[in-house]
Amino acid sequence: MKKIVTEKVQKMKTSELIQKLNLRVFNSNQISDAEITGGYTSDLLSDVMGNAAPGQAWLTLQTHKNVAAIASLKDLSAIVLVNNNTPENDMLEAAENEGIAVLGSQLPAFELSAAIYNALQV
Amino acid sequence: MLIKLEYKISGGDFTRAGHASSEVKKNLKQLGVDPLIIRRVVVSMYEAEVNIVAHAYNGHIKVEIESHRIRIVLADKGPGIPDIEMAMREGYTTASQQVREMGFGAGMGLPNIKKNSDILNITSIVNEGTTVEIINNLQ
Repeated sequence: MKKIVTEKVQKMKTSELIQKLNLRVFNSNQISDAEITGGYTSDLLSDVMGNAAPGQAWLTLQTHKNVAAIASLKDLSAIVLVNNNTPENDMLEAAENEGIAVLGSQLPAFELSAAIYNALQV
Repeated sequence: MLIKLEYKISGGDFTRAGHASSEVKKNLKQLGVDPLIIRRVVVSMYEAEVNIVAHAYNGHIKVEIESHRIRIVLADKGPGIPDIEMAMREGYTTASQQVREMGFGAGMGLPNIKKNSDILNITSIVNEGTTVEIINNLQ
């Protein structure tokens, strides 16, 4: 099952995803246009630490600095805040230092996960 | 080859959590270690680092990187773990409400450490502290 999903998923540049889903960009400096290879939706940091894969976009409602640390340690492509959440200043600063895009959407986690999943399909 | 790194960790200071793990990751990357192995080291070390921040008063981390392995010893002064076997169970947690609201403390830290270590030794004395030794082969 997992293998089939992986094969169907297409890579997409962060900039393409921003445009396609009309995502808000919180970064003030230029973001690295990393390739997004999938997504992982979770608000438990150890779950992301243990189970997210490099290149995935992380969908979460957590807005504190540790989110940026984990995204960097796990080589995630972008942080996408759901439900109109906005990053705390030190989180945004840490993400900017690591060149990680911090994006946002008004959609709740379920809808945004579906939208990103569909956008990544061939 | 032997690289030695040391870090001090303050209990409760979540703003610095992950700093030591990030430094070790950079070192391993520079040494050209297999990315899959780096990922294992990073997950286990980060979780152990966060455990000190979340549960202990203070602690220190000693890292020894040799060509064939990395040994990380994280020793803290803190409440200790009364029942290590229980603490290793997925979902078991003693984290505070505040820590859990941040998305930590889901009872996944120690299981994550175990899954991502080749050798794991935990020793603890209640009301004194805990020492976690994580060894991963680099080849």
